[in-house]
Amino acid sequence: MTYIKKPQFKHPGLARNSLGLTHRDYEGVVSTLCAGCGHDSVTAAIIEACFELAVPPHRVAKLSGIGCSSKTTNYFLNRSHGFNAVHGRMPSIATGANLANRDLLYVGVSGDGDSASIGLGQLCHAIRRRLDMVYIVENNGTYGLTKGQFSATNDRHSKSRRGAETPFDAIDLATLAIELGAGFVARSFSGDKQQLVPLIKAAMAYNGFALIDVISPCVTFNNHAASTKSYDYVRMHNEAVDRIDFVPDAKAITLDYGEGESVSVNLHDGSSITLRKIADDYDPRDQLAVLGTLRRDRAEGKVTTGLLFIDEAGGDLHAAIQTSSRPLNSYAMSELCPGTDKLAEINDQFR
Amino acid sequence: MSTEIRYNEFVIKFANVNGSGSASANTFCARALFRMGIPVSAKNIFPSNIQGMPTWYEIRASQSGKLARRDGIDVMVAMNPQTYAQDLAEVVPGGTLLYDSSWPRTFERDDINVLGVPIAKLVARVFKDARQRQLFKNITYLGAMTLLLGIDIEVVTRLLAEQFRSKPDLVGPNVQALEIGREYLRANPPPPVPVQARASDAARGKIMITGNEAAALGAIYAGATVASWYPITPSTSLAEAFEKHARRLRKDDKGGLRAAVIQAEDELAAIGMAIGANWNGARAFTATSGPGISLMGEFLGLAYFAEIPVVLFDIQRGGPSTGMPTRTQQSDILACAYASHGDTRHVLLFPSDPNECFTFSAEAFDLADRLQTPVIVMSDLDIGMNDWVVDPLEWAEARVHDRGKLLTADALEQISDFARYRDVDGDAIGYRTVPGSHPDKGAYFTRGTSHNEYGGYTEDGNMHAETLRRLKRKFTTAAGLVPKPVVRTLSAKSRLGVINIGGTDLAVREAIDRFAAEGRGLNHMRIRAFPFTGEVAEFADRHDYVFVVEQNRDAQLRSLIVSETSIAGDKLVPILNFDGLPLTAASVHEAISDVLQSNPEVEEAVSAPLTVA
Repeated sequence: MTYIKKPQFKHPGLARNSLGLTHRDYEGVVSTLCAGCGHDSVTAAIIEACFELAVPPHRVAKLSGIGCSSKTTNYFLNRSHGFNAVHGRMPSIATGANLANRDLLYVGVSGDGDSASIGLGQLCHAIRRRLDMVYIVENNGTYGLTKGQFSATNDRHSKSRRGAETPFDAIDLATLAIELGAGFVARSFSGDKQQLVPLIKAAMAYNGFALIDVISPCVTFNNHAASTKSYDYVRMHNEAVDRIDFVPDAKAITLDYGEGESVSVNLHDGSSITLRKIADDYDPRDQLAVLGTLRRDRAEGKVTTGLLFIDEAGGDLHAAIQTSSRPLNSYAMSELCPGTDKLAEINDQFR
Repeated sequence: MSTEIRYNEFVIKFANVNGSGSASANTFCARALFRMGIPVSAKNIFPSNIQGMPTWYEIRASQSGKLARRDGIDVMVAMNPQTYAQDLAEVVPGGTLLYDSSWPRTFERDDINVLGVPIAKLVARVFKDARQRQLFKNITYLGAMTLLLGIDIEVVTRLLAEQFRSKPDLVGPNVQALEIGREYLRANPPPPVPVQARASDAARGKIMITGNEAAALGAIYAGATVASWYPITPSTSLAEAFEKHARRLRKDDKGGLRAAVIQAEDELAAIGMAIGANWNGARAFTATSGPGISLMGEFLGLAYFAEIPVVLFDIQRGGPSTGMPTRTQQSDILACAYASHGDTRHVLLFPSDPNECFTFSAEAFDLADRLQTPVIVMSDLDIGMNDWVVDPLEWAEARVHDRGKLLTADALEQISDFARYRDVDGDAIGYRTVPGSHPDKGAYFTRGTSHNEYGGYTEDGNMHAETLRRLKRKFTTAAGLVPKPVVRTLSAKSRLGVINIGGTDLAVREAIDRFAAEGRGLNHMRIRAFPFTGEVAEFADRHDYVFVVEQNRDAQLRSLIVSETSIAGDKLVPILNFDGLPLTAASVHEAISDVLQSNPEVEEAVSAPLTVA
């Protein structure tokens, strides 16, 4: 595998967003994942979301750990800085990066091995610190790069390609994230672009920790009949609780959804999300009820998708520790160093 | 017993039970002597425990500035019956042992003065509250000590007033407790103590500070804005001091903090956050000790290979494993020099005292940015947590922070083909960019996988080998930038030398001075950084034998010198200490003397010193 740049040619008829950029401007290098990999669909959804939101690519930092999912940050946003950290430790890199510059958009892509096993601790602490970032888990229930071992998100009694059963319970990252205080928690399916793109857009607009658990089938190692992370299984068991529409500027849009009940959720940056409920009794702002629904659906073998939970108020790490509103990396050294005279005063404190 | 009085050259030791509030009284004693203008060093020899175990506090006062730890206690304040036997044994003949004679007992030494003060009984008469009775016992023995040693009571009461500025109600009872001890000695005059304190100007202008506090201030002055850390003795006070000073010195006009301090979930996250912040253009650091170094290994390798600056303070303690968490050692040298798998190596700085902790802390950030690699400041518990009397911290107004090859948007405009890892200048260091600085130039992918000069993934073996070669060349660049050794030539003709690092320096200098006084000139070089500069091999070349003094079992510094220079191992004679206590000159003198006595050919290599210090 090498570093393959895509040809620079752009078709003159390509659609442009408000920054004058085309989809091509949000792409990365050619994917080296297996043909049909769910992760490539997630990559496409991220590109679409960034294009539609007209995100300036250089204002995004892409972060990942190790694994197939973590490779994908190379496949979108070539004009953004990327950081492929060590296995399971992306959240700490993201935390440090965010502390240095609170004004960028941090997009983390991880997998179920990276997030639910080796990096579970770092993920939990990034959530409880309300790190302002979008954290996408490309959840395929398997260790692909090392050829198909079980991961911690595998449902108990689900089978490997060779027929072996996992005797252990699965870690449900969405439920865990809600418990830990994540302000925005969604689940989706890599094959459902209609649902995934607005979810990513809303997550990007959200101020605080936004987790999207995307079931993303592994065509090579975990797409067989006995898997609960296969295309067929997820299509058959997908239980969407809502359909969301993301509205970048709340003021410009009148809510006119006639059919069914809709809920408008306003976000910190002036944008809003409109949820068209599919499940009648579902309110993503009611944490207790949400957890109940997720538990019930899980017991029934359903894969609950949609915007599962949102804390409208949001709030992030910088607010909690009262950092300066200006990015810390923007200060000149002369603004940070107290200088010679001050040191004389400091010395006096030690006399 | 000699009746001659020795002024300002003595060692006091307090033997206490930890958690009894003795630390502040003992610190008052050290600070009072310092305020009197006497150079002092204080060694807190404490347990890894909260309450009930033995703890000691040693103060060496030395008019002549000999401030290494010294065995042989002139005055022992024995407040812990558990350790009476060992405390008694440490007192020098003619010395004094003060104990709480509320429960009288005999001590089996007739060559010292045993002084009983019924401290608990005296205190119980005045104070009713149980906690007060406990705490004021300490202040009461401090009061007795002021009279016994000639410590200026005015200075002590002023210190108390300063200490309790925010709780003025406490000043009165403390002064009262001091007076209880003084009053008892006035009523029951003890025999004169042959060591006495008197006002001096030997410590004029100096400061009394711990290495961790000084290192934290160095980070403030270096412009560090992000500190991520996980609590571990003995590094915790460094991060806490950074936060304390940042809260005072780094408020913006809206009350926001121009710094972010995060107590991480573990050391892995702590170093990860520091790396993430540095990658994003802030100056960031973490502080830890041995166990944390082990945990940080993988991330240090990433920072080395992806060439991300990061500053790490290793406040070394007794290893291996959990070891002796509250004792000192220099036993992380090899673990830090080569931390992480694969061919890695890291820049190390070895400060010898708190003053150098300040300058090397600031220097570490410049070196990390210049070299785009981790820089580890190798302090230890003795330097980091104990109070040292040192020259005041200095910062030249004209000093410019070196951010290294960090490209601004304007600079990027001038570059047609940006490649993050291209060696443009021949010093093996590329140019780096931070996210968000330029709309369409300078973005690259940071990875721990092998990469080409653009940062793209590669499995091309030649390209991988070339990157490894370049990283090694970068270490040649580093050797030209790091602090040079400090060399003291006592005899140009002597073919014997001593090499050391860090906090052993006071003991080594004192030992060398003692040899000089005996007519034996040993030359001295204190190494201050790894990679080693050319001076190290030159020094070894000038001498037939070089004693390498260090505080670990395996002669780690010596191993590093042997593997990283052309110096033949057989001329490097290890002098090792690993009992966890700060080094004494006597032990260094004895160990070197033993080698000289048993090896005539080594003894021949020493000649008379030019100067007797």
